[in-house]
Amino acid sequence: MSPLRRFVLVAVAILVVLVSAVAIWFATTPGPLAFAGGKKVALDAFTGAEPTGVPNDLLQASVEKRGEYLTRAADCLVCHTAPGGKQYAGGFAFKLPFGTLYSTNITPDKETGIGAYSDADFLNAMHRGVRRDGALLYPAMPFTSYTYVTDEDALAIKAYLFSLPPVKATPPANTLVFPFNQRWAMGVWSSFFNEGTRFEPVADKSPEWNRGAYLAEALAHCGECHTPRNLAFALDNRKKFAGALSAGWYAYNITSDKGTGVGDWRDDELFAYLATGHAAGRGTASGPMGEAVDHSLSKLAESDVRAMVTYLRSVPAESSRDLPPRVAVAAPASHKEGGGSGNLRGKRIFAGACASCHDWSGVSPITELATLTGARAVNDPGASNVVQVVLTGMQRPPGLVSMPSFGSIYSDAEIADLANYVTSRFGSKGSTLSEKDVAKLRKETAQ
Amino acid sequence: MQRDSASLDVTRRKLLQAAGAGSVLLAFHLPLRAAPAAGEAKPTFAPNAFIRIDESNKVTLVMPQVEMGQGIYTSVAMILAEELDADIAQVALEHAPPSDTLYGNPTFGIQVTGNSNSVRAFWTPLRNAGASARAMLVQAAAQQWKVDPASCSAAKSAVTHAATGRVLAYGALVRDASKLTPPATPQLKDPANFTVIGQPLKRFDTPDKVNGKVVYGIDVMLPGMKFATVALCPVFGGKVGHVDDSAAKQIPGVQKIVVLDDMVAVTGDHMWAAKKGLDALDITWNEGPNGNVSSAEIWADLRAASQKDGVVAKAEGDVAKFLGQGDRLDEAYELPFLAHATMEPLNCTVQLTKDSCEIWTGTQIMSRVQGTVAQLTGLPLDKVTVHNHLIGGGFGRRLEPDMVLTAVRVAQQLDGAPVKVVWTREQDIQHDVYRPVYRDTISASLANGKIQAWKYRVTGSAVIARWLPPAFQKGIDIDAIDGAADIAYDIPNLQIEYVRAEPPAVPTGFWRGVGPNNNVFATECFIDELAKKAGKDPVAFRRDMLGKTPRLKAALDLAAEKSGWGQALPARAGRGVSIQTAFGSFIATVVEAEVDEHGEVRLRRVTAAVDTGIAVNPDTVIAQIQGGLIFGLTAALYGEITIDKGRVQQSNFHDYRMLRIDEAPQIDVHLIKSGEAPGGIGEAGVTASSASLRNALYAATGVPLRRLPIDRAALAGKKNA
Amino acid sequence: MATLKINGESKVFEATEDTPLLWVLRDVLGLTGTKFGCGIAQCGACTVHVDGKPVRSCLLPVGGIGDRAITTIEGIGATPAGASVQKAWLDLEVIQCGYCQSGQIMAAAALLAATPHPDDADIDAAMAGNICRCGTYVRIRDAIKRAAAARAA
Repeated sequence: MSPLRRFVLVAVAILVVLVSAVAIWFATTPGPLAFAGGKKVALDAFTGAEPTGVPNDLLQASVEKRGEYLTRAADCLVCHTAPGGKQYAGGFAFKLPFGTLYSTNITPDKETGIGAYSDADFLNAMHRGVRRDGALLYPAMPFTSYTYVTDEDALAIKAYLFSLPPVKATPPANTLVFPFNQRWAMGVWSSFFNEGTRFEPVADKSPEWNRGAYLAEALAHCGECHTPRNLAFALDNRKKFAGALSAGWYAYNITSDKGTGVGDWRDDELFAYLATGHAAGRGTASGPMGEAVDHSLSKLAESDVRAMVTYLRSVPAESSRDLPPRVAVAAPASHKEGGGSGNLRGKRIFAGACASCHDWSGVSPITELATLTGARAVNDPGASNVVQVVLTGMQRPPGLVSMPSFGSIYSDAEIADLANYVTSRFGSKGSTLSEKDVAKLRKETAQ
Repeated sequence: MQRDSASLDVTRRKLLQAAGAGSVLLAFHLPLRAAPAAGEAKPTFAPNAFIRIDESNKVTLVMPQVEMGQGIYTSVAMILAEELDADIAQVALEHAPPSDTLYGNPTFGIQVTGNSNSVRAFWTPLRNAGASARAMLVQAAAQQWKVDPASCSAAKSAVTHAATGRVLAYGALVRDASKLTPPATPQLKDPANFTVIGQPLKRFDTPDKVNGKVVYGIDVMLPGMKFATVALCPVFGGKVGHVDDSAAKQIPGVQKIVVLDDMVAVTGDHMWAAKKGLDALDITWNEGPNGNVSSAEIWADLRAASQKDGVVAKAEGDVAKFLGQGDRLDEAYELPFLAHATMEPLNCTVQLTKDSCEIWTGTQIMSRVQGTVAQLTGLPLDKVTVHNHLIGGGFGRRLEPDMVLTAVRVAQQLDGAPVKVVWTREQDIQHDVYRPVYRDTISASLANGKIQAWKYRVTGSAVIARWLPPAFQKGIDIDAIDGAADIAYDIPNLQIEYVRAEPPAVPTGFWRGVGPNNNVFATECFIDELAKKAGKDPVAFRRDMLGKTPRLKAALDLAAEKSGWGQALPARAGRGVSIQTAFGSFIATVVEAEVDEHGEVRLRRVTAAVDTGIAVNPDTVIAQIQGGLIFGLTAALYGEITIDKGRVQQSNFHDYRMLRIDEAPQIDVHLIKSGEAPGGIGEAGVTASSASLRNALYAATGVPLRRLPIDRAALAGKKNA
Repeated sequence: MATLKINGESKVFEATEDTPLLWVLRDVLGLTGTKFGCGIAQCGACTVHVDGKPVRSCLLPVGGIGDRAITTIEGIGATPAGASVQKAWLDLEVIQCGYCQSGQIMAAAALLAATPHPDDADIDAAMAGNICRCGTYVRIRDAIKRAAAARAA
C-alpha cells in the first residue's frame, strides 16, 4: 500500500468516525420533554384533565372558534403577516445569515394561499414540514414543535384559517444562497431533528404541568427562540431554554437558574409577564416576545398561562455565563453619580431622548412599563436587546404607552454609546459595543 | 438658451410692482380711519388704522403684523410710539382684524407676516402714522391755547407748551384732534432724536408667557366646545376608501366620526378621546397616483432638470467667454425637503352656523384665511370673523390656510357647536407644506485670485407661483433666486438662471429663511472651494471682492476679529465663515466646530457680526440672530424629510431630530451701529448658519460637503462627500 | 369622577384612567398653560411637577397619580424656585414664541429646587429633554444661572 493510499484510507476512516459521532450526537439530541423524565403515555391513557385542545369554556364552541384560540396559542399571525400587510397573507421576512426567507400566505385563497389544502395536506405541513406540492419547508416554520399538536387541534386551526377571507398575495421569492436553497436537504435535516410524533403526556406529572407542556412545546413553540441551536441549526435541548440570540434579539434564559434565568421570579411575576408583557421590576417584553405577548399569550385563558408557569418552573436550571448573576438596583437620582459617567455622548443622548420617560434612576415617573431597573435587557453586557429597542422602539396596543424608534436619527456610533451608557448606568455589567456591533444588529433586525 | 431682455436685474420688489401685486405698495397711504372696536361709543381719536386714543388717555396701537416670537408687537409699538410720542409704558396693543386695505403688508399687498419684512415694510408707514397723529394732537392743543404749533412739543402722551408750562394729555385732545385733517406729509423725527427706537425695551408679549396665561390658538376654550383630531391620507393626494368605525365608537368620550373624501376626523369630549377614537378607526385609503413616489425619484428628476438651461434672471458681462479662461471650478449643491415642526401643532377652532363663521387660530395670513373660509362656506366676507392669536412658531407654516380649511370642513359636519381641531405631531410633520428640494449648479473662473466669471443656476420649486401667482413673472421665481441674483461680490461677468422643477406630489412652501437659505448656502460653500483653489484664506478671499458692499466688508472684518479668525485650533476643529445681505441685513458669521472619528459634530462657538441698519429693539435683533442660528444649525445637522411610497417617512421628534440645549454652542452676536433704515432680521440668522457650519467642517476635515443635512459618514471618511 | 390635587386645589373631573394628565389639564379643567407638543415625551412642552419632580404629562395616565401633588405653570410662581425662574426669564428676555416655555420653566424650576447651584452639566441633564424651535437655548442657560444666583443672594 502506497503511503498516499494509506493516508487516504486513514483520512477517510477519521472522517467516517467524525461524521458518525456528529450523526450520533445529532440523532440522540433529546426531545423537548426529555428533561422531565417519567413515563410518557398515550393521550388516551392519561388520567386527569385533557392536556390538549382548548380551555373548558370553549369545549362546546364551534371548531372555528376553537381553532381561533389554538391559532392564537400557536401565534401563527406574527410570522404570517408582513408589516402593514393583510393578516395571514404572508410575506414576513426572516433575515438569515445566508439569505432571506419569506413566510407563506395561509389564507384560504386557492391559488396563492392554502385554500386547496386537504386535511392531510395541512397535517403534512404542520407535522412534517411538507408543502402541498411536496416541497420541504424550512424550519423557520416551527414544524418540529407543531409536530406535537394533535390532529384534532391542527385541523381546528385549519378550520379557523379557512373561515377567514381569502387574500390573493404571493410573498417575494426567497433569496437563500447555495447550499441553503436546496430544499431537499431539509429531508435529511428533518430525519435527524423532527421527532414526528404527537404530544404524549408524562404520566406522573400533574394535568396542569402537562397542559403547560403542550402549550409551551407544541403550540407556543417557546424553545424556537429560547433554546440554543446546534451546528445544524436545530434546537439543542441539552441546554433547553437556556437562552439564545436570534434575528438580533436575545431570547433570555428562562430556565430555573436563579441568577441568570427566572428561578427567582415569583409565580405571579411570571404570570404577569406572560399575560401582560410586564412584571413590576422585571422589565417589559419587547421585540419578538412583545409580539408573542400581544398577539398570543395575552389572549390565552388565565388557566392556560398559569399552566405554562407551572411547566416553566420545572425546567432545570442552566446558568448563562454571559449574563451577570444579579440585576442592578435603581441608579442614583443624580446624573452625576452612577455608572457610565465617562461616556459623554451616550449620556447626552440619554438626557435628551430617554431621561424624560426612564429617569436618571431608571425608575420611570410615567409608567412602570418604562422602568429600566431590574430589566434583564439592561443587565445584559451584550446589550443586543437595548440596541434593538432603541432602533425599533416598542409598539404596544392602543392605550398602553409605546416607545418610539430612534434608529433613523442616531448613527451606529451614537447608539453604541447610548447602549453602553444605559447598561453601565442601569445594569450590573456595562456593555462595550462598538459602532460595528450596532451596524450588525441593525442588519439583523427582522423588518 | 432662453433669454429674456426684460428679465435683467430682477429684484423681488420690482417684480412685485410689475406684477401689480404691489399696487398697495405703490399706492400705500394711511387709511383714514381705523375700524372702531365693537361697542366703542366713546369719543375716540382714530386718525389712521394703527392708532386709537380715547378720552381716558388710553393709547391703543393696532398690530398689523402677527407676533410669533420675533418680537414684532414690541417693535411695531416702538416705531408708532416713537413718532406719536406716546408713553410706551402705557400703550395697549391690539391685533388687527383681517383687512388687506387697512393692514396689507406693503411689500405683498396682502396681510401677511413673512419674509422678515415687518419692520422693513412698515418702517415708513408706521412712522408716518405716528407722526401724523402727533401733528394733529399738537395742532389741537395749539388751537386751544391759541399758540403756534411749532412752539409746542409732545412727549409721554401729552402736549406741552414750554413757554407757558401748559400741558394737555392726549386724552383731553381726542375731540378736537378728531376734527382735524391729517397732514399730507407729516414731519418725521431725525433718528438722532429717537428716544424709544434703538433703546432695549422689554417685550410686551413675554410676561404672560411665563405664567401660562397667554392664549395661543390651540388654547382657545369656548362653551360647549368639542375637540377633534384629523387623519389625512398618508399618501399625498390619496382619498379615503373605507372606514370601519365599530371599535372607535366604543371608546368613551368619542362623539362623532367625520369621514370626508380625503380625510377622517373624530370629535370627542377631549383630545384624548378624539385621538384614541382616530387610532381605533380601521381606515383603508385609496392611495391614488402617488403611491410610488420616492425621494430617489424626486432627486433623479431634480438632477435631470438641473442639466437644462434656465430662464436668465440676471446677466452681466460675458460669462461664456470668461468661464473659458483662467482656473475654472464647477460644483453642485443640494438641499433637502424640510418640515417646519412649529412647537404649537397646527390647530384651528371654528364655530360655524348657517349665516356666520367664527375662526380662532394663529395665522400669518389673516385676510387670506378670511377669504378662503368665505369661499369654502359661501358666506359673505363680513360674516367670517377671524380671531388671530399669538403664534407658537410660524416659520412659514402658518402662511398656509390648510389647517383652517380642514377645521371648517369638520365643522360643516357638526351641528353648529364650536370645535377645536388639533393636529397630532405626526399629522403636522407628515402633512406639512415642505421647504422644497433645491439643486444649485455653479461654475466660476478665477483670475488674479478673484472671481472673473460666475454662472449660477437654481433648480427647484416655484413657491411664489403657487402662493402669489401675480408675482411669478416670465418664468422666474423671485424667492428661489433671492440671495443669488443680488450676489454681494464684485464679479464682472455673471449669469443667474432659474429652472422651475416641481417635485411630484409633495407640496412645497416657504420655510424660515426662504430662498436665501438655499442660495447663501450654495454660494458661500462654493466661495470656500474657490478660495482653496485660489490658495487664499476664506476671509481674505471674500474681503477682496466686497468693494461695492462696504457694510458687508465691515461685518466680515468684525466677525473675523471677534471670532479669533486665524488663531490655532485643535486637530479636527475648524472655523468657517459665511456672509450675506439677505433680507437687507449685512451679516458675517463664523462657526467654530469640531468633528470626531465617527463624523459626529460638536459646535463650539458661533460669532456673528450684524449690520441691520437701525436696530429698533436691539436685544430682539440679537435674540433673533441667536435663535435663527439654532434653527438653521438644527436643519443643517439633522433636517431631512424623505419620501417613500408616496408618504413622508418622518413623523415626530424621535425621527425628525432637533438640536437640544446640550448641543447648542456659545453664540456671540455683535451689532454694528448704523443709521440706515432697518433691515430684516427674523430669518437672517437661519440663512447665516448652514454655510458657515459646512465651511467649518470643511476646514476641520478637508471634506467638502455639498449637500444638507451634513453627512457624518462622509466627515468620518467612510464615504465620499 | 376622579380627583387630583392641582396647584394646591382639589379638582374633580371625569376621564378614563388611561387619559394622560395633559388632556385632563387642558381640555377638561381648562388649564391650558401646559402645552401639547409631541405626545411622546420627546419635547418637554407638557412638563408639570408631580410631588416636585418634572414629569411629562402627555404620557402620564391620570389613573396612576393618586394623591400626589401636581403643579402646573399656572401655579409654579407660588414656589420660590418657580418665581425666581420666571423673573430671570423676563430679565434676560429668554422667550420668543413662548410655546415651549411653560415646559422649560417647569423643568428649570424643578432643577433649581433640587440643585440650587447647577453647573452646565446639571443644566444639560435637566433641560436636554425640552425642545425649543425658536432656539432660545443660550438664554435659557444664562437665565437658570441668573435665577440660581438671585436665590443665593
